[in-house]
Amino acid sequence: MTATTTRQSKKDRWDRHASRVTEPRESWGPSAQLAATDTDPTPPALLVEGVTKRFAVGRKKKPVTAISNVSLRLERGGIVGILGANGSGKSTLIRLMCGLLTLDEGRVEVFGHDIVRDELAVKRLINRVSVDAAFFKKLSPMENLLFAARLYGLDAGTARGDAVAILGRLGIAERRVNRPVEQMSRGMQQKVAIARALLTSPSLLLLDEPTTGLDPRSKLDVQAFIEEIRDDHDASIVLTTHDLDEAERLCGRITILADGKVVAEDSPDGLKRLVAERHGQEPTLHNVFMTYTGRSLDDDVEEDGSKDDE
Amino acid sequence: MTLVAHELKASYAFIERNFNLTRRYWGWEVAFLVYSVAGALSISLIGADQGSPTLLLTLMVGAIFWNYLSVVFSWIAETIAVERWEGTLEYTMMAPVRRWAQLLGSVSYAMVYGLIHTAVILVALILFFPQLEVANANPATVIAFMVLGSFSFVGIGMIAAILPLLYVERGAQMTFVLQSVLLLVSGVYYSIDVLPGWMQVLSHLSPATYVLEGVRAGLIEGIGVDALLGDVWPLLVMGAVLIPFGLWAFGKAERYAKRTGKLKRVG
Repeated sequence: MTATTTRQSKKDRWDRHASRVTEPRESWGPSAQLAATDTDPTPPALLVEGVTKRFAVGRKKKPVTAISNVSLRLERGGIVGILGANGSGKSTLIRLMCGLLTLDEGRVEVFGHDIVRDELAVKRLINRVSVDAAFFKKLSPMENLLFAARLYGLDAGTARGDAVAILGRLGIAERRVNRPVEQMSRGMQQKVAIARALLTSPSLLLLDEPTTGLDPRSKLDVQAFIEEIRDDHDASIVLTTHDLDEAERLCGRITILADGKVVAEDSPDGLKRLVAERHGQEPTLHNVFMTYTGRSLDDDVEEDGSKDDE
Repeated sequence: MTLVAHELKASYAFIERNFNLTRRYWGWEVAFLVYSVAGALSISLIGADQGSPTLLLTLMVGAIFWNYLSVVFSWIAETIAVERWEGTLEYTMMAPVRRWAQLLGSVSYAMVYGLIHTAVILVALILFFPQLEVANANPATVIAFMVLGSFSFVGIGMIAAILPLLYVERGAQMTFVLQSVLLLVSGVYYSIDVLPGWMQVLSHLSPATYVLEGVRAGLIEGIGVDALLGDVWPLLVMGAVLIPFGLWAFGKAERYAKRTGKLKRVG
């Protein structure tokens, strides 16, 4: 087989994956559930209203409020960025959105489905990539991806082809897909994590610092891929990041969290305008971050040992 | 695709994943097998040393079937522990899979793995003790009690799986406490008659007690299942109670873990 044929074959597989993502889904899938939502004919991809989450830290101590009365709305096909210092509540908010934490107050809806009442329906619509690429490290990327595919009800044969196509698009050659994940670099593992999320064709993709720790080239690869998902695959995306250039490039709107509260929310240009008009500063996202979180991004990165946002 | 088919596909995902893990950790599997055979031989040799074929068979049955039950129990209990260790627990918990489907997959694999593992040990013991006379054995009774006992151990395994869910660092090790208590009170290597009275009450609450009595009666004395109904019905009741209770308890524990943020931790 020539190199050209191989490339064409990969492209075909990727295109087939792309078309599957945009086509109506099977009866249990997201489209069927979207159609079944009769409370709002055009619900947003994500609606977070007045969400509060507290954690007990000891019997005699007051609970810590990790998220306080947070609201945000993401329209279908959009990308909303969530910025904030370590400990501001970004990852906690993502966990609340995907049902890994219970809500103390407020509500979360995904395409009109309440995350508490319609838990399984919401789970079918979403997937998540976190900063830690968690896998069964002895298993290969293909074995890990097929496990995920089966959990989401995908046909194994189709998923196998799609996995190769998505991994290929992210720069992981087909010859690598059957070797243990533990033999891959951190960057490659993160790409496999992104492929795992994409394989299930989520309508809402939650990306929790997906490019943290990647080299510049890998970071650009992933950012281009996120744009491609948004533009071609009709996915709505929530992105948390410490990379302000990345946020500016990808996000239509940005929410800034500080101490679990929303302190600013607008488009990147709107936020920059705000900081220039109200605070007389140069209109950059860096200045926006410093102004609203009360600390510089450099301070934040220096403390970012655990990558833990609770 | 029907919901049941979707859930069964998800169950198969856990079977396939566990098989892949077994395959990839083949060195550990060989080591574990050697350890299990050596353990069963050591215990059985006590019977040989006493020159009593009945004692030898009694100890062999204890060693072999305790191995089976503890392997099944461990695989189920470690369903959560392994995910916690690899950091994949959150991904599995946010997948659109009902918990019974997840546990069904884990349980099915555990039972098949346990049977194969135990069969290898049995062959090793038969080769080591060629003088053993088992012509009188009733294999149907042995199989029936193994299957009946498995249901109860599945339920206990689900309850044990709660420990690594809630106790991040040492939850998996805490399941050993459950196993050791069952080992103590179930008459694995001795008659429960030698236990203090209060402990004998616990013996009658352990499914392993009835499994071992049934298997020994079938293997050593060749008794049929119909003559052992007194050991059958407690196993049926325990299986019927422990499996739904295990699922319910696991669901409660999962909700608690989601409320307190314990799913996040990698142990």
